[in-house]
Amino acid sequence: MPEALPPEVLKRLTACLPADALLTSVEEMTPYECDGFSPYRRLPRAVVLPHNEQQVQAVLRICHAAGIAVVARGAGTGLSGGALPVETGIVLSLARLNRIVAIDPLNRTARVQPGVRNLAISTAAQPYGLYYAPDPSSQLACTIGGNVAENSGGVHCLKYGLTTHNLLELRWISMAGDRMTVGGSGLDGPGYDLMALLTGSEGLLGVIVEVVVRLLPTPPCARALLASFDRIETAGAAVAGIIAAGIVPAGLELMDNASIRATEAFVQAGYPVEAAAILICELDGRVEQVDADCGRVERLLTQLGATEVRQSASEAERKRFWAGRKAAFPAVGRITPDYYCMDGTIPRHRLAEVLARIATLAAEHGLAVANVFHAGDGNLHPLILFDANQPGQLEQAEALGARILQTCIEAGGSITGEHGVGVEKIDAMCLQFGPDELSQFHAVKRAFDPDGLLNPGKAVPSLNRCAEFGAMHVHANTALHPGLEHF
Amino acid sequence: MTSHDQSLQLRDQVLAALAAAETLHIRGSGSKAFLREDAAPPASRILSVSDHTGVTGYEPSELVITVRAGTPLRQVETVLAEHGQMLAFEPPGFAAGASMGGTLACGLSGPRRPYTGSARDFMLGCRLLNGQGQILSFGGQVIKNVAGFDITRLMAGSYGTLGVLLEVSLKVLPRPEAERTLVFDLAADTVLARMSDWSRGAWPLSALAYDGERVLMRLSGAEAALKASHRHLGGEVLAEADRFWQQWREQELPWFHDPAVSLWRLSLAPASPPPELPGHWHLDWGGALRWLKTTAPAERIFAETARLGGHARCFRSAVRQPRQPPLPAPLAALQQRLRTAFDPHGVFQPD
Repeated sequence: MPEALPPEVLKRLTACLPADALLTSVEEMTPYECDGFSPYRRLPRAVVLPHNEQQVQAVLRICHAAGIAVVARGAGTGLSGGALPVETGIVLSLARLNRIVAIDPLNRTARVQPGVRNLAISTAAQPYGLYYAPDPSSQLACTIGGNVAENSGGVHCLKYGLTTHNLLELRWISMAGDRMTVGGSGLDGPGYDLMALLTGSEGLLGVIVEVVVRLLPTPPCARALLASFDRIETAGAAVAGIIAAGIVPAGLELMDNASIRATEAFVQAGYPVEAAAILICELDGRVEQVDADCGRVERLLTQLGATEVRQSASEAERKRFWAGRKAAFPAVGRITPDYYCMDGTIPRHRLAEVLARIATLAAEHGLAVANVFHAGDGNLHPLILFDANQPGQLEQAEALGARILQTCIEAGGSITGEHGVGVEKIDAMCLQFGPDELSQFHAVKRAFDPDGLLNPGKAVPSLNRCAEFGAMHVHANTALHPGLEHF
Repeated sequence: MTSHDQSLQLRDQVLAALAAAETLHIRGSGSKAFLREDAAPPASRILSVSDHTGVTGYEPSELVITVRAGTPLRQVETVLAEHGQMLAFEPPGFAAGASMGGTLACGLSGPRRPYTGSARDFMLGCRLLNGQGQILSFGGQVIKNVAGFDITRLMAGSYGTLGVLLEVSLKVLPRPEAERTLVFDLAADTVLARMSDWSRGAWPLSALAYDGERVLMRLSGAEAALKASHRHLGGEVLAEADRFWQQWREQELPWFHDPAVSLWRLSLAPASPPPELPGHWHLDWGGALRWLKTTAPAERIFAETARLGGHARCFRSAVRQPRQPPLPAPLAALQQRLRTAFDPHGVFQPD
């Protein structure tokens, strides 16, 4: 149990917040002890749930004056521990700022508070024939504020981009309590692109209090292709082949045999259980465009070694193709006591080789891995299957996870494509960045939050921590092509 | 194509300037010097990136190209075109020699921007020389990467005030299978409403502009989709459309050049009513970008644009006047602290 807040601070918080907006008992605070990354749990000194922006600003000013850390939290669906409480501070939940302020069909925007759920934006925009494109798998529950903090992706970001590509304006409050707006009603704003910096900053730079997102016209037609492969390497190569042919699918997902079997047993999507891998390729746009693209992709897939290609003949069938993919994580959850979901990215043309490497590493650690991921983006989600009740298995899973991330870096990729660093990958950051880059990150952090009170200890490791971790910064190309010039 | 790595020489120049407590003006080809506020800096204070050239990585199936900052924009476009790909933000160069680094440092995007994304949207990674003479690597060559703060995208539009872009990795896109530009003659007061209607329909738009007389709509995609869209939308096909869009984005049309009148760039919500300002208008980005030729005073333009929730910048100035309105105080202070975070000794001056 962390130390209680000083009475003076409690008094000031009580004075500016309604009675239901300040939680201090263990029972009330327990739901906030972790986010979607549950191995780590910790109680904060208090949880505040303001109802409006003025209360958020007041809380930040009080904490700033008293030197108390603040961890902002949306729906708590994050997968890297970004909303894990810190012992020195409070949790600031934005869940009650959940109003859709305005849908502007003429300008194709939605102005929303940070606690609005991702899917609720598209639901509200639907009567106007518009939708919000980024669709993280947690979109039923996750909030737009959290999406901004994590720069969330989803199944469709190959064509429609990440959160950062779909924002027009952010209103946010600094740790010192200054309210600022970045971006604007047009497609760009004045000054430095602070919106780029705030997006994906994992709650280290400021607290988002209002977001204007770009809405897109709903494509009149969407169709999915389901291709089977007898080798996963062939499926990996087909992904690169489709992109190289000049086609940018709306989504391009790969599942390996372990995931296919697990999902088929769970939701009966009609997947070929004998296949070593399947690709789901979605194409959208006007019907004539989709007709043309589907024809090309179908021919390409066959040329690239698919053993069978099915094209969705109806909206119901398209949804069935996706039903399995969308249920893949819970389906894998049914066949293993525990799983650890990794999130790394690699250049697409190295998919086949990296998948083979992951299989070898998994065997070395005596664990199974199921692969289901955003192949079009080169964004891997290996699911490491283990049993936390078996002594040593959690440690083996974590060790395997670290080696998979190292493999991603060595292949020229990144330790996280969309889940963020949080606490989970803080040590892996020491592999991806050298001390000078980390120092530059810290300098940026100090420009926003000189006292280091916003989400301390997350996302960017201290140089000391990296020294203790003892990891050598591995620069991908240096490690692999020592002949190339590098500095 | 030439390929020269000048990273170490550039670093040494920064270290020398640091030691001598002197300032530097980062410059590519100088093609966008007209955006600058003040007189040209003395030659001895210019840090020229124009010899730091070459494509250091290009894997077409990855849709990613990595180039040194001094590489001419047109060369990058030629290399991509050989593989049926393009810089989808369609950047203007404003001169034949425009460099890739200068293009990104100014953060400018062309007519395709609302439909495919802006310069910063396509930036995936960079190597940066900061004001302490450190060479740093951020982002990477992969499309999804959320490790660390997004310093790469911060560089777009920072005008060389945070550091020297040495190398950038950009996402590229396949060239559309076909394109067709349609022309519509519309009454001036109906243009914005029609643009808004078209933008809400799921048409394969890749540009939507108004040149003061007619609306020009470019469609991109499969031939069959363009044909079907044209049938629904009407309009006449524009001949030599590629040439038109080239001249449009490069501001080569005579309309853009009038030494007696300033050219203003207004960034507004696309359906915003016309600002109450005197002068002549061209529209781009489906109404979200508005070019205004006017002799109205800067303060009036700032006030009217702010009233509409937008942002104005003087692009080509006929007189000495403020180019942009001042930022609100907390934001201005934060920007200054951020600048200090990259360049603590103030080596880099805007060029």
